[in-house]
Amino acid sequence: MIRLEKRPQVSAFMSYATPVLAVLATFAAGGVLFYLLGKDPVQSIITIFYDPIFGEFSFYYRPQLLIKGAPLILIAIGLAMGFKAGIWNIGAEGQYIVGAICGAAAGLAFYPMEAVWIFPLMIAAGAFGGWLWAMIPAFLKVRFGTNEILVSLMLVYVAEQLLASMSLGLLKNPEGFGFPGSRNLQQYASAHNAEIVAGTGMHWGVVAALIAVIFAYVLLTRHRLGFAIRVTGEAPRAAHFAGVNAARLTFFCLGMSGLLAGLAGMFEVSGPAGQISIDFNVGYGFTAIIVAFLGRLHPIGIVLAGLLMALTYIGGDIAQSQLQLPAAAIQVFQGMLLFFLLAFDFFTNYRFRFGFRRAV
Amino acid sequence: MDLSAINPVLLIAAIISAATPVLLAAIGETVVEKSGVLNLGVEGMMIIGAVTGFIVAVNTGDPLIGFAMAAVGGAGLSLLFAFLTQVALANQVASGLALTLFGLGLSALMGQSYVGIKPPRMPDMPFGDLPNMPVIGPIVFGHDAIVYVGLLLVALTWAVLKFTRAGLILRAVGENHDAAHALGYKVKRIRTMAIMFGGACAGLGGAHISLIRVPQWTEGMTAGVGWIALALVVFASWKPWRVLLGAYLFGGISQLQLNLQGAGVAIPVEYLAMSPYIVTIVVLVILSADKSRAPASLGRTFHASG
Repeated sequence: MIRLEKRPQVSAFMSYATPVLAVLATFAAGGVLFYLLGKDPVQSIITIFYDPIFGEFSFYYRPQLLIKGAPLILIAIGLAMGFKAGIWNIGAEGQYIVGAICGAAAGLAFYPMEAVWIFPLMIAAGAFGGWLWAMIPAFLKVRFGTNEILVSLMLVYVAEQLLASMSLGLLKNPEGFGFPGSRNLQQYASAHNAEIVAGTGMHWGVVAALIAVIFAYVLLTRHRLGFAIRVTGEAPRAAHFAGVNAARLTFFCLGMSGLLAGLAGMFEVSGPAGQISIDFNVGYGFTAIIVAFLGRLHPIGIVLAGLLMALTYIGGDIAQSQLQLPAAAIQVFQGMLLFFLLAFDFFTNYRFRFGFRRAV
Repeated sequence: MDLSAINPVLLIAAIISAATPVLLAAIGETVVEKSGVLNLGVEGMMIIGAVTGFIVAVNTGDPLIGFAMAAVGGAGLSLLFAFLTQVALANQVASGLALTLFGLGLSALMGQSYVGIKPPRMPDMPFGDLPNMPVIGPIVFGHDAIVYVGLLLVALTWAVLKFTRAGLILRAVGENHDAAHALGYKVKRIRTMAIMFGGACAGLGGAHISLIRVPQWTEGMTAGVGWIALALVVFASWKPWRVLLGAYLFGGISQLQLNLQGAGVAIPVEYLAMSPYIVTIVVLVILSADKSRAPASLGRTFHASG
């Protein structure tokens, strides 16, 4: 007889194996999807996952890995801290947008002045914007007990409208011949988030992401606050008795994830994107949720997961131009990854037992 | 600005129609949450319903078949969520998010060759001359069949939950799944059926957007209506008639802001377009003090350890 039993403790082996299994299963299911779309499945997988790193034009794509991975990692690190504590910030996309708007606005306010303190000021403004946007759900949750999932998500749609309004109004390029969108920050030396080493894709956002990873790692494993986060997520009542201040923790987790998302938005707008425009946001805030889960809410795992997701974006672009694979296929692919991860996670918490159980 | 251009009778009629997608999705989610499951995938199921209904309606030329298949599509996607949460015992919040992300991607993939096409027109209801009556005509009789289906579902849900044995069992499962299990009820089977009902309702609601409200297919066209439906359920304290009230409130705001845009009010379009989301937040805040009505087992995973 086969029985299903909850493991007394989470299986350490399975918790490492699950993401790998999920990725392999997604390859298989993705292959089927590509086949159904009339593409060669093996060729598609190679184009998406092998060519950007080892293929003929990899010198061009490798830097993209850092450019696309940095915002994902930056956002996911913040989200993971909240998710660990059972605080669900789903609106990172909104915080990313507001961070970008504030960062760009701070820079454009001084155009065309050139000074070394402009870029640091923009970083501060971007972080502040993201933090502020995340403080709305945090405050409402602490003060009124409002569900942070719904509020943070509603604020994404508000932020998208704000973005449209900014690129058509306040931040519109006065010399842009009436086209929507702000001045291009890449052409404004003091505000440009340029590559630190040319040709590597290494910009200040990548540095920030690395710092965030180390910071989060130390916080979660060595600091009392990290302990509070973990206890709150696993046993909220125990956390209460251990003296964890739930309100303060909510402010910290939401604020930190908003701050990091705002930073990601600011580094994106001043670097790779270059300007505030209506279609500035491309869903990093949502993909980062997948990254956080795929990385097992662990800083190191998130780095690996973030790079893998960045790879799907880059490979997806290549597959779009070379194999005429539709752009949405990659979105489906990313969604499937999260499905398989959640499904395989079953084995970290439960196990099958064979044979009859003895009477106790 | 010319506010006199807004005809109050037509406005009320338009509000009833505008409220239908969110009403359908929210009434489905009410049943799901009453069974103790929190499905955050409403947005994903709606958009899958929107695209399935659109594709089928365009290919068959019959919007009613489109709506039927939209319900099937929504319910089909919800089975994925049911598998994750009821069989694989995964976290409901994460699974719901996965459903939404996957649904948005899949719908974009399915609908890419249908952008810019006009769907077939919905046949009129067989009311004869009634819609031409002054005032009452447009408000009561001037709608498509799905509007009435939505109202009927609210009444049915209320009656089933309140007066029938099936409703009692569903509520028991949602309040205390261990007790319900001990009484011999199949918790997982009941919850799976509730989840599928929620998926079918969300699918119908999505198709109402793509086939009647807009009517055409664009990527991500549900634009957060699924999330607003989730907020509505909280707003309504899990009561069907209050879901209806909430849906009209939301439909009213989204329709009014469209009319104000049309009338050329001196507020920028973007700020008017924000208003439904901001109002949703405000309403959530006002009502979040009362948590007493939430099903006691909401969001908790059930695993029979015996």
